[in-house]
Amino acid sequence: MSINLSILFIILGCAIVTFIPRIIPFIVIRNIKLPKIVVKWLSYIPICIFAALIVDSFIIDDESLLSIDWSVLAAIIPTLIVAIWTKSLAVTVIVGIVCMATVRFLF
Amino acid sequence: MNELSYEMTSEEHLPTFSQGVKDCIPTLIGYISIGIAAGIVGASSNLSILEVTLLSVLVYAGASQFIICALLVSGSPISVIVFTTFIVNLRNFLLCMTLAPHFTNYSLMKNIGIGALVTDESFGVAINKIAKREIINAQWMNGLNVTAYIFWILSCMLGAVFGKWISNPEVFGLDFSLTAMFLALLVLQLQNIDYGKLKFYLSLIVYVVLLMLVLCMFVPSYIAIILSTIIVATIGVVKDK
Repeated sequence: MSINLSILFIILGCAIVTFIPRIIPFIVIRNIKLPKIVVKWLSYIPICIFAALIVDSFIIDDESLLSIDWSVLAAIIPTLIVAIWTKSLAVTVIVGIVCMATVRFLF
Repeated sequence: MNELSYEMTSEEHLPTFSQGVKDCIPTLIGYISIGIAAGIVGASSNLSILEVTLLSVLVYAGASQFIICALLVSGSPISVIVFTTFIVNLRNFLLCMTLAPHFTNYSLMKNIGIGALVTDESFGVAINKIAKREIINAQWMNGLNVTAYIFWILSCMLGAVFGKWISNPEVFGLDFSLTAMFLALLVLQLQNIDYGKLKFYLSLIVYVVLLMLVLCMFVPSYIAIILSTIIVATIGVVKDK
């Protein structure tokens, strides 16, 4: 059981920036209405960030201009099909882990 | 006064704390599996069990906890980790904007208590109940939120303990749980979109993929994630009339 001081600061910083967006609407909703354009912009954030994070998982950060982790990409395809088919977070995660383990075992 | 009249009119059908707990049960499998995965990823990112627990207690956000671990491993500076976490959790702002009007009769402290524990799943359960024209109140919402919160923390702790025994989680494909979760979340997001708009959203995803591939040639991937998200969300606003 140990805690690193810089890790503690990171956790506290992240706690503050997750706490604020959650509680602000509950505090100000009675007084202020967000401009429609901001609400619209925010509505695109989840899809964009999830897509970006998925791409990030198969890009290897190295010296070359662009290198793709083909084994991750190979696991993404069946996992995506399962996600569309089941629409279940839990099933997708479990199947995804099995797919990735299988790809790594085979290649 | 408002609260009193609200409670008087709906007294007979008032949902209770324990009803909120019951309504949370279908989502628990998600919290447990992702929580254990988050704990394992935390442990494999060299976080101690205490640090993983603190992360789940204070940050309490699945996707962010994975990202924080990924950024720690990549050696990102604290400013980048905190800013990325902020961006990733901006969607909570939207969820809370939608939920908050249903709790205006309650005190400020009760509102803060509810808002602090809103997640994608608890939002989903609550919005579903509202759509069915059922009454939601603070007791019910707290039952839902607190159950999820406790199970999330316990699952993360369990994962962190478990993760210490798995020296190389990559062999088991557990590191992929992160990507699999994002795939499922993306699909679940698209599920809630009108069929007519699906093509538009799919085109935005294509833009994100292309931008990510191009930006990654010039900037670190954690910056590419933020830039491509901000740029494509803006494209979305501009192109959608």
